[in-house]
Amino acid sequence: MHVVVCAKQIPDPANPGRLSPDTHTLVREGKLVLDDSDAYGVELGLQLAEATGGEVTLVSMAPHDETSGLRTALAMGAARAILVSDDALAGSDALSTAKVLAAAVRRAEPDLVLTATESTDGYTGTVPVQLAELLGMPSVSFAKRLAVKDGVVHADRQTEAGYDEVEVPLPAVVSVTAGVVEPRYPSFKGIMAAKNKPIERLGLSDLGIDPATVGLAGARQEVVSVVAAEARDAGEIVVDEGDAHERIVAFLEQLKVI
Amino acid sequence: MALDDASALVDFGSLLDDEERMVQQTVRSFVDKAVRPNIAAWFEEGVAPGELASELGGLGLFGMHLTGYGCAGTNAVSYGLACLELEAGDSGLRSFVSVQGSLAMYSIWRWGSGEQKQEWLPRLASGEAIGCFGLTEPDFGSNPAGMRTTARRDGSDWVLNGAKMWITNGSLADVATVWARTDEGIRGFLVPRGTPGFSAGDIHHKLSLRASATSELALQDVRLPASAMLPEGRGLSAPLSCLDEARFGIVWGAMGAARDCLNTALAYAGDRVQFDRPIAGFQLTQAKLADAAVELSKGLLLALHLGRLKDQGRLRPEQVSVGKLNNVREAIAIARVCRTVLGAAGITTEYPVLRHANNLESVLTYEGTAEVHQLAIGQALTGISAYR
Repeated sequence: MHVVVCAKQIPDPANPGRLSPDTHTLVREGKLVLDDSDAYGVELGLQLAEATGGEVTLVSMAPHDETSGLRTALAMGAARAILVSDDALAGSDALSTAKVLAAAVRRAEPDLVLTATESTDGYTGTVPVQLAELLGMPSVSFAKRLAVKDGVVHADRQTEAGYDEVEVPLPAVVSVTAGVVEPRYPSFKGIMAAKNKPIERLGLSDLGIDPATVGLAGARQEVVSVVAAEARDAGEIVVDEGDAHERIVAFLEQLKVI
Repeated sequence: MALDDASALVDFGSLLDDEERMVQQTVRSFVDKAVRPNIAAWFEEGVAPGELASELGGLGLFGMHLTGYGCAGTNAVSYGLACLELEAGDSGLRSFVSVQGSLAMYSIWRWGSGEQKQEWLPRLASGEAIGCFGLTEPDFGSNPAGMRTTARRDGSDWVLNGAKMWITNGSLADVATVWARTDEGIRGFLVPRGTPGFSAGDIHHKLSLRASATSELALQDVRLPASAMLPEGRGLSAPLSCLDEARFGIVWGAMGAARDCLNTALAYAGDRVQFDRPIAGFQLTQAKLADAAVELSKGLLLALHLGRLKDQGRLRPEQVSVGKLNNVREAIAIARVCRTVLGAAGITTEYPVLRHANNLESVLTYEGTAEVHQLAIGQALTGISAYR
């Protein structure tokens, strides 16, 4: 089985960078790293590919031909990567990103496309389903367990109350939650081998995409303002007067975690 | 904005390439996950990290800078960074990996026969087998040339007699590289576990390197076939070449322990309030933290310089002595001053600093004492050997 994993390269969370004062979008400069939330998809893709004698291809869109995050996923074991990099893509919204990814994914002709549920820097969480729609593939979001048998994806889809068991035929786009599998560490042999794995670098013209339809020029959404996050309130301390368990349960229910 | 990692002060990471950074990040993540939560208990209970062998092997840590036979073949700087991150966890863990890769595996890789390499290196690289290295004896530490362990020809066999002391991984080892005096000078022998007459026992009651197996090896009429001898190494220069490899790892590892102490002290000083404000805001505390960060930065840059020389094939033994002497000495000083920043809290295993300080006492002495490295540097400077 040939698995494409969409892998986002993001500013190092240890060095989060800044937002542009004009566009309110993240300034992507300097080294980027593999988004941790994509490591789960890479691991799952590798497990599915290894079980069937297939391979994993990474697809990424990033500025300045940035590959250091892709190298991490290649070191984990992915066979190759497709990187779309084009100055006209700066300021792309989620739909533009999905268009570009869809065009790159199509070239790879995958049996299965895996993504994270959302990126750690942008958090729109909309790209996976947009991607499925553009590719004309069925979509499963929030898969917390996934198996493929006889051309059918069997997934447990996380819901607020529990999970749904869903099935879709291949090819399909599945977004996986953190924790679906335990990502492996890249081995040192993998790190050494990653240097020589192929990365196909594409621009918009290679994908037949009109620059006017993507990036800031084609964005249909705009971030109109940005405000600092509220400082976190001090926690509530529950003193047990015989009813602490009820108050804790009520608190957790209010958060919808139970 | 405060730094939570003192090595960021001089932007050390910017001097590394992508592969080196990835190796470092991988080992750091592994140590955070598999070692940090357990290390205080291992230290307290005197448990060596033998159970981590297959995971360490799976990552490719054992003999990572060697080529072929299942080894990853990274550069020396990557190996140094791995040692740094391992020792940020605990010197015992770094010792485990150093001895396996730089002493046991390197001795076979550099001085062994093709058959010996095929037999042992893949299993040692994967962690399926553990190795140790027997040079030091009860009465011969800094002066290994005086060793009493002998290997005598008997037909085509060799018969070994003697004792080795302070042998890391000794009781865990499936194969020991043992150096012995022969008619033709000092030679190395591969002694498999279970060979009649060969035994290893642990040294107990240690106050340092408690998460590491430190053993004595006893050899009584140990009969080995001719094929057990390392054919390519002859004389003391063979085992000393292995020690140079291991010392290179220590140059880096000591800075890992120091960084962990300093980062712990930075975090603690930011949280700990005395006289109504965090102690990080007091001049005396800042002087301690600043001096420690300066020495850490210098030690890291020295380690990297030696690593780049090693990757160019230009690293000389006395340069390794400069690194080992300085970085271990400064690491102990950093650990001790960081302990004072933590006050009484610094003496428990809840924080890593006194554990690191105690471990570094061993590191200061093993693989060439600080004094022997001073003499090696003195000889390089003056042209005069002060050993005798």
